[in-house]
Amino acid sequence: MNTYTIDLALRPTTFDLWHVCLAGTVVVLALLLITVLISVILGMRRCKRHVPAPVPAPAIAPQPEIKVVEKIVEVEKIVREPAPEPVILKEATPDAALQLLSLLQKEARFIDFIKEDVSAYSDAEIGAAARVVHQGCGKAIDEHFTLAPVSQDQEGSRVSLHKGFDAASFRLTGNIVGEAPFSGTLVHKGWRVTDLRLPKLTEGHNASIIAAAEVEL
Amino acid sequence: MSEAARYSVGIDLGTTHCVISYVDLRHDGDEVALAVLAIPQLTAPGTIEEKSQLPSFTYLPHAAEIVEGETALPWVAKPEHLVGEIARNLGGKTPIRLVASAKSWLCHAGVDCKQAILPADAPEEVGRISPFAASMAYLRHLRDAWNHRFPEDRLEQQDVTLTVPASFDPAARELTVEAARAVGLHQAVLLEEPQAALYSWIENSEGDWRNHVRVGDVILVVDVGGGTTDLSLIAVTEQEGNLQLTRVAVGDHILLGGDNMDLALAYTVKAKMEQESGKRLESWQLQALTHACREAKEKLFNQPELGSMPIVVASRGSSLIGGTLRTELSRDELNRVLVEGFLPQVPVSERPVSKPRGGLRAAGLPYAQDAGITRHLAAFLAKQKEAVSELGHAALAENAGFLHPTAVLFNGGVLKAAGLSERLMGVLNGWLRAEQAPEARLLSGADLDLAVARGAAYYGFVRKGKGVRIKGGTAAAYYVGVESAMPAVPGLAPEIEALCIAPFGMEEGSEQALPNDEFGLIIGEPVRFRFFASKTRREDQVGTRLESWNDDELEELDEIEITLPEEGMHPGDIVPVHLTAAVTEVGTLELKAVSNRDDKRWKIEFDVRAGNE
Repeated sequence: MNTYTIDLALRPTTFDLWHVCLAGTVVVLALLLITVLISVILGMRRCKRHVPAPVPAPAIAPQPEIKVVEKIVEVEKIVREPAPEPVILKEATPDAALQLLSLLQKEARFIDFIKEDVSAYSDAEIGAAARVVHQGCGKAIDEHFTLAPVSQDQEGSRVSLHKGFDAASFRLTGNIVGEAPFSGTLVHKGWRVTDLRLPKLTEGHNASIIAAAEVEL
Repeated sequence: MSEAARYSVGIDLGTTHCVISYVDLRHDGDEVALAVLAIPQLTAPGTIEEKSQLPSFTYLPHAAEIVEGETALPWVAKPEHLVGEIARNLGGKTPIRLVASAKSWLCHAGVDCKQAILPADAPEEVGRISPFAASMAYLRHLRDAWNHRFPEDRLEQQDVTLTVPASFDPAARELTVEAARAVGLHQAVLLEEPQAALYSWIENSEGDWRNHVRVGDVILVVDVGGGTTDLSLIAVTEQEGNLQLTRVAVGDHILLGGDNMDLALAYTVKAKMEQESGKRLESWQLQALTHACREAKEKLFNQPELGSMPIVVASRGSSLIGGTLRTELSRDELNRVLVEGFLPQVPVSERPVSKPRGGLRAAGLPYAQDAGITRHLAAFLAKQKEAVSELGHAALAENAGFLHPTAVLFNGGVLKAAGLSERLMGVLNGWLRAEQAPEARLLSGADLDLAVARGAAYYGFVRKGKGVRIKGGTAAAYYVGVESAMPAVPGLAPEIEALCIAPFGMEEGSEQALPNDEFGLIIGEPVRFRFFASKTRREDQVGTRLESWNDDELEELDEIEITLPEEGMHPGDIVPVHLTAAVTEVGTLELKAVSNRDDKRWKIEFDVRAGNE
């Protein structure tokens, strides 16, 4: 039976298999440590870039109401934009959103339509009701928003984007390589709200009632 | 006209909509920069929007109906009346509390417009208001909207022009001015709507109008508004080398307009829907149907390639798909109901049908019985055959059956539809061709919806001496009825003579006295005169006595009344007076009794309607 003694004065004179294994382990561990550290640093950087993502770019004006409107009207156009500084998220006032729902319900019976179970009805019946919704939504949107396409070109035509184009207004998709000017096909012309005329509310108006219950006497 | 005025403001106080337009008088240069005021108004409880039109509706809410504070406007926490879009919206579902067409009541014979009579079919407990109060409410809202927008230049200090239908009688004009004064607009003057439309056309042409009309032209202005149709004739003459415009005739007050058209369509579609679905439509559905029909009508008229438009009425409950009724409005139906119904192709000899009304007709407005606008037009042109004979215009051919207009100006949103305006031109030109007269041309370039308000604002400009002014004066000659000196015959009403007190075409600011005919008035007792107007007798002078006349020559208006106050005289004394008539600068007719003893004057009131019933 071997007995192990610790003698710090002793120095190895032969580089044997044990020592080879030990040295290899040290190198491997050191490399591992370095990789982990690098990846942590890189990861943190990337995370920083991702933080502002949920904020849609305020395209026309900084008021919170407008932001909400953007969300609804330009569903297609939520754009992520880098911002290096720490981000303060704006709290959207719910009134404007409620107002818009109320307008759509009043003019177009929007909520009624969405909340109804359509599976029981034929396409013709749904189509008839869709006319109410379509006409009304059109009226509500036309009365309260002025819309213009972002791009004046024909959909399907070739367009080119010069260096420094507004990435909030134009979103690139597909084979994004190389440098600007980019040339591609306009798939969707985009929509922009150029003017907004939401009704004003009296003090104390309960905007969360988007349609009052009706009782006929 | 105040010198301090910054703006000239035109107010179109329409039967269904009010519009306010203004022009900056300090703006230099020839160009007239006209703008239309966006009017903040409640659209639903608690919701305020700015719209260019204020619907002329008043809603009288129940105390429990609206939450406290939900009716606030930017300038007042709790307005006295609910007017505008909210009134129309709420009234759509509760018609018993809705006041509509107050303006038409102002010109309704036999009604005291200062009595709380509207809504006419409201139950007892609804606190009614008078047509006069409703007009005041609209004016007050417009005034406050203006003052909110221009706190530095209050409306009370601006030059204000109010438009009235050309067919408004003296009493209705007086009431309009009174309503304006009651809300502090003491300086407001009146302008006839067809004239305003022509001013707007002149303004719009930017000085080019002289190239579109020539001496000898007779311009027919056809104004089909929401609730009324107004006809006027304006002659182009020459004075010292300058073109001049003179309004030579106005038509009767015809209660027939775009709303009737939408309603007619709605009833047609309603019948069809009921037949198809087997269900009876309720009154609120008719309302939705009217809206849908209006939209379908506009689409069909604007897009000639469409054959029909689907009409959908949504259910009232939250189940949208289950309860929706659907049908179609075809182009044929549209043509049959609107074009053939309202603008029938008739010979010029046809006249509007008027059946005697049923004895038990509910109290209401005297809506036109014949919907054929072309028949009303034929009657007007035939009646005014002699309208331009004094102006040195080319005389009509001897066999001419009606006055031949050479140009036509349209006004009113209804005539935006090409189908309707072309039909109207076609019918008129057909009549002209039949009498070998040249066809009339259409003066284009007018904004049919806002022209009246814009023209009224431009009129303030014209009153400053810039630009051409339409000469007009009174559009009728006025008469009082006096009993003729004949021995009384038992069983026969005493014969009555019509004594002319104001001739046709009296200009603003002029006065005509009737010194030779003396009346004895009893102090303290009201004295009434029968009052007549004639839109065709142009040659009668003050003092002319008519012993007999045709029914269509003289039209009886409401009686006029005078009460001499005691003022130091004994009740029962008789004062000899003569009558004078004046047209004020504002544009209203003013009748006065002048004492032959000491020249004391007493005003004769027009608005004594229905007081004797």
